[in-house]
Amino acid sequence: MSSGALSEDEVRHVATLARLALDDAEITALTPQLAAILSYAEQVGEVAADDVEPMTHPLGLIDVYRDDVRTPGLSADDVLAAAPDPQVGRFGVPRIVEEGA
Amino acid sequence: MSDRALTRMGAAALADAMRAGDVSAREVTDAHLDVIAAHDGIAAEGDVWHALPTEQLGPDDVHAFLVVTAARARAQADDVDRRRVAGEKLGPLAGVPLALKDVLTMRGVPTTCGSRMLEGWIPPYDATVTRRLLEADVVVLGKTNMDEFAMGSSTENSAYGPTRNPWDLDRVPGGSSGGSAAAVAAGMAPLAIGTDTGGSIRQPAAFTGIVGAKPTYGTVSRYGLVAFASSLDQAGPFARDVTDTALLQALIQGHDPHDATSDALERDDLLASLRAGVDGMRIGVVEELESAGCEPGVRTVFLEAVATLERLGARIERVSLPHVPFGLPAYYLVAPAEASSNLARFDGVRYGMRVDAPSAEAMNAATRATGFGPEVRRRIMIGTHALSSGYVDAYYLQAARIRTLIARDYVAAFEHVDVLISPTAPTVPFRLGERTDDPLAMYRNDVATVPASLAGIPALSVPAGVTPAEEGSGPLPVGLQVMAPLRADARMYRVAYALEQALSLDPDPATHGGARAVRSVRAGGGAS
Repeated sequence: MSSGALSEDEVRHVATLARLALDDAEITALTPQLAAILSYAEQVGEVAADDVEPMTHPLGLIDVYRDDVRTPGLSADDVLAAAPDPQVGRFGVPRIVEEGA
Repeated sequence: MSDRALTRMGAAALADAMRAGDVSAREVTDAHLDVIAAHDGIAAEGDVWHALPTEQLGPDDVHAFLVVTAARARAQADDVDRRRVAGEKLGPLAGVPLALKDVLTMRGVPTTCGSRMLEGWIPPYDATVTRRLLEADVVVLGKTNMDEFAMGSSTENSAYGPTRNPWDLDRVPGGSSGGSAAAVAAGMAPLAIGTDTGGSIRQPAAFTGIVGAKPTYGTVSRYGLVAFASSLDQAGPFARDVTDTALLQALIQGHDPHDATSDALERDDLLASLRAGVDGMRIGVVEELESAGCEPGVRTVFLEAVATLERLGARIERVSLPHVPFGLPAYYLVAPAEASSNLARFDGVRYGMRVDAPSAEAMNAATRATGFGPEVRRRIMIGTHALSSGYVDAYYLQAARIRTLIARDYVAAFEHVDVLISPTAPTVPFRLGERTDDPLAMYRNDVATVPASLAGIPALSVPAGVTPAEEGSGPLPVGLQVMAPLRADARMYRVAYALEQALSLDPDPATHGGARAVRSVRAGGGAS
C-alpha cells in the first residue's frame, strides 16, 4: 500500500468519493501533500496489532437508549430558515429524476 | 478591594466583587467590551459587532472575535444586576463575561466554524454548553475565531484571517481554539470555551500563557458542538488561573440526554481537592514526550517545573509509554476519517453555502470545493482514502488498534503513578506563516497532546514558565501538560493548582515586556 506511488488518478478518484469538485491544478498540488501525509501515517503499520481490538470510543458505550417519550423539537420553519432553497416546507434540490421517467 | 483593572481580574475575584456590591456586572461587561473595541480589529458599533474583513485587519489587531454580541451581553449583565438587587440567588459565576468558540451554537447568533461554508448561518438552537452558561448567568460576549472546523494548530486556517498571539503579535496563538485563548490572555474575557480534538484547547493555552483543560471524553455534552471527530471532540474551559478553569468546567459538565456519548456517571467535585497539594503524589514524566523534538527552551522550562513539583514533595518517576510515538500517525488517520464522514453533512441542501449546478451531485461537489478551505479539503481527502475499500484495514482499523494499545499504555502507567506530565507542545509559539506551507510540520506540533485524546483521558495545560528573551523575540510562554486517568479530572486540577501556586507567574503578556506584546490591555477603574 505504498503511498509513494499515489497517482493523480487515485487522488481524482478519492475527490469523487468525497464529493469535492477539484480542478486539475488542485489535484496536482494535493497529490504530493497527501502522499507525504500518508507515508508518515503508514508508521502505524510497524506495530504488530492483528489480535488487538480496534478502539472506536474511549468509554466503550454501546446502544445508549432514552425513554420512549415525545420531547419538543425544532419547528419546520426554524429548520428551513437556514436552507439555501426552501420550498413549501421542503428542501429544494436540483432535479434528480428526468421528466416523464 | 483591589484597584487592579477589571480586565486583569479572574472570574472568581470578579464574582466576589460583584457579590460584595463593589462593581456591577454591567461595569465588568463594559470594561471587557472596551478592551475588545481597542485591540481586536472589530467594527465596535451597533448591537452586534463584526470583525473587520481580513484585508482591513492591522498588524496590531488580535482578531480573537468573529462576532461580539454587545447589546445582548449588556442586557444580560443588566439583568444580573437587577436580579441581584432584588435579592435573587445567583450562580457562582453570575455576571462574569465569557468568550465562546465559534464551533458551538447559540440560538440567533451566527456560527461559522471559521468556514465560508457556514457564513451567515444562524443556528435555531443553543448548544448544551451554551444553555448551561446562560442558565448560570454567565455573560456571553461573542464568538471566537478558530481554525476552520477546528482543523489546525495555529488559527491560520480560519477563512476570516488568523488570530494573533497577545504575547507577540507576529506569532500564532496556537489552535484550533486560538481566538478563545487569545481573548483570555489579552484581557478581553476572563473565561472562554474551546474545543479539543487533538490538543485544540491545551496547545493554545500553552502558547498564550493561560490554563486550558480537555475534560475526560464524555464529560461535557457535544450537543450543538459542530462535529469534527466525534470520538475525540470535547469542549472545555480556558482561564488565566487553575481555580477559574475548574469552576468553569464544573459549570458546563454533566450528563446530557441529547448526546448519546455523554457519560452518565456522576462527576467528581473538581474544587474539593484542589488545594490538597502534591506532597506524596507520584508524578510520571512521559519519556517519549519529554525529549521528542522538543526545543531546548521548552525543555529547560519544563525540567525546572518538574524540579518545582519535586520540591513540593511529589515523587517524580520517568515512565515509558511505548506506543505513544505512534499516537500522531494514528491520530492523523482516525481524526480525518471521522471528519470525512461528519463533514458529509455539508451538501448544499439543508444549511450553509450552495453553489448551483445542473445535477444534485455536481451541486454537492461544487459547493464543497468552494465552501471548504485547503486544510479541510486535505483532511477530507485523507479520511476518505483511509476509509475506502482496500485501505480501511491498513489505515483506519490499524490506527484504531493503535488507539487501544495507547489506552492500555496509560492504564498500565496509572498503576504506578497518579498523574503523567509532559511539555504541552514541543515548541514556543511560531511566527505567522512559518508553517502554513508544510502540513506535516504543523501536525507535528500536536505530538504531545494527541495521545491523551486517543485514550479519552483528561489533560490540561498549565503555565510552566517563560523562555528568556532573544534577539528579535521577547519572552514566550511554555505550558506543562498534566494527564490523569479516565474520569479523574479533579486530580489534574490539583496538580496544576500546586504548580501554579508555587510558580506564581503573571499571566499578563504586557508584564513580560516583549516589543510586540499587546500594550495597555486593561480597562475599567477597578472595584473600589
